[in-house]
Amino acid sequence: MTVALRRYPVLAALCLAALFMVVPFLIVAVNAVKSPAEYAANGPLSLPDGLYLDGIEDFWNRVDYGRKLLNSVLISGSVAVLAAVLSLLNAYAIGIGRIRGRAWVLAFFVLANMLPQEALVYPVYYLSKQTGLYDTRLSVIIVFTVVQAAFGTYLLSSVLGRFPREIIEAARIDGASRWQILWRIVVPVSRPTLGVLLVFFFIWTWNEFLLPLVMLISNDNQTVSVALGVLQGQRLMDATMTNAAALLGVLPALVFFLVFQRTLTRGIAVGAVK
Amino acid sequence: MTVTVEEGTRAAGRSRPDGPRRPRPRESYALFLLPGVLAFLAVVIVPFLMNTGVSFTEWQGIGTPKWTGLANYRELLDDAEFWASFRHSLFMVVAMAAVPTAIGLVLAAALFDYVAKHLGARVAAVLRACFYLPQVLPIAVAGIVWSWILAPDNGSLNALLKAVGLGSWQQDWLGDPDLALYSVMAVMVWVQIGFPLVVFMAGLQRVDPQLYEAAELDGAGWWRRFWHITLPQIRPETSVVLTWCTIAALKVFGAVYVLTKGGPGGATDVPSYFSFSTFFEKTQVGYGAAISTVLTVLILALSLVGLRLQTRAEDTAEGVRA
Repeated sequence: MTVALRRYPVLAALCLAALFMVVPFLIVAVNAVKSPAEYAANGPLSLPDGLYLDGIEDFWNRVDYGRKLLNSVLISGSVAVLAAVLSLLNAYAIGIGRIRGRAWVLAFFVLANMLPQEALVYPVYYLSKQTGLYDTRLSVIIVFTVVQAAFGTYLLSSVLGRFPREIIEAARIDGASRWQILWRIVVPVSRPTLGVLLVFFFIWTWNEFLLPLVMLISNDNQTVSVALGVLQGQRLMDATMTNAAALLGVLPALVFFLVFQRTLTRGIAVGAVK
Repeated sequence: MTVTVEEGTRAAGRSRPDGPRRPRPRESYALFLLPGVLAFLAVVIVPFLMNTGVSFTEWQGIGTPKWTGLANYRELLDDAEFWASFRHSLFMVVAMAAVPTAIGLVLAAALFDYVAKHLGARVAAVLRACFYLPQVLPIAVAGIVWSWILAPDNGSLNALLKAVGLGSWQQDWLGDPDLALYSVMAVMVWVQIGFPLVVFMAGLQRVDPQLYEAAELDGAGWWRRFWHITLPQIRPETSVVLTWCTIAALKVFGAVYVLTKGGPGGATDVPSYFSFSTFFEKTQVGYGAAISTVLTVLILALSLVGLRLQTRAEDTAEGVRA
């Protein structure tokens, strides 16, 4: 009994703290389905009278949200796949090939990954203008493929460094080429790590802000993050539309979260201390 | 000497790694590195060197840059805006590294050693998910959510204060120069907290449960166990989390752009936003490049410290496993 009594205040405090984390999401959801009149009359804290979806629909049409979603999916998806392939090739040479000077090569990739994007943004902007890639989704895909692959190289190299050598030796004796060993043996065995990388690259790219903000100026090329951030900066929206925008921005993140929760929480720990 | 040269030419002549006669292993594996290295040179190294070069010039982004040597850096030393932005960075380090790490430690220990043990792993996992949720949100979206909650008229926070009878506490949270930085800091704590929590909860899994059981039998209370077992056991994770969060704090851009645009009156300006506005709004490219170069030097120095800590953390982790 005493134990139970001591236990519940702590649990209550933790639940309260957790509620504080989630409340912003709830309050946005509640206000996104209010009509402007209702919002004006009752303020942001009241429960909605009914489902008023015009705000969401207006916002969707006004910013061509479907197009933004498509851009984000296209950019993040391409980056995830390309960066995973690039990481794999690098890590194959470093972790399994044990090429000469691999410690230096690895340090090169890691430090390059840590450079702040502020130190690359103007030259990237300038060079993309020179090469005609400015304001194309391709430019952002190229840059983020490289940036994400730096982290992927780092993580995969340490995983492949512990790859069982006997398997590779056996395949080599059977006459498999390095290319075949990579795709038929290393890739299938490292599938869990590659899965974590794909999820991370996708979400990180989805959330990126500075470079897409600079590189994607036309409405047709913008990602969800940039479109919402720019609109917010202009402060053109009324309260219900702001909430509609926030809700539409939160929903994809929420879907990723629910689908990939395990991968994310496990992966972030692997990434931090590996 | 001759042997090495021969090997080198043979490997260079053979571009297909799956040819009938395999070259020596080291050389052919290096080919797999080629796309990565080339892409890196083009996207990271060349732009980085360009940026550093431009920082020694006066340039508007068009025409020929004019070489001015260290003039930009000398100007930075006297630029109050520059110093203010780095001072705000220190506040961001408190909000994004120090506070989330401290709270994350207590929360992780409470969830791991208390909730999971007495109420089940499921409850702990649900609570952990709640704290982690803001981490998957694009920072632009978090900015929209919070700038509306903190809005002066009809913002949720002010409405809430009024509703509970604390109407006199209402503020223009993001518009008041004395408050804006603290408001942004509070939002960043909310954004950041899930990262240390998740890393610490994973770290705690390698702590021997017998340590806790023995301490509990000896009558050590929760805080003593936290202080004498949890903290020392996950010190490697703590130093890694602190470094990475500090680096993230120095780089913070999106939140400031969406919440305050560095304002009011520069009260929330940070180096990354300062360099961004110098590049693209003031088009003083040389000066912006100097700001971002200083930021880069700072971050690379910290990263090296972080890498060292990380290597040490791995050694410790392996020591525990062995």
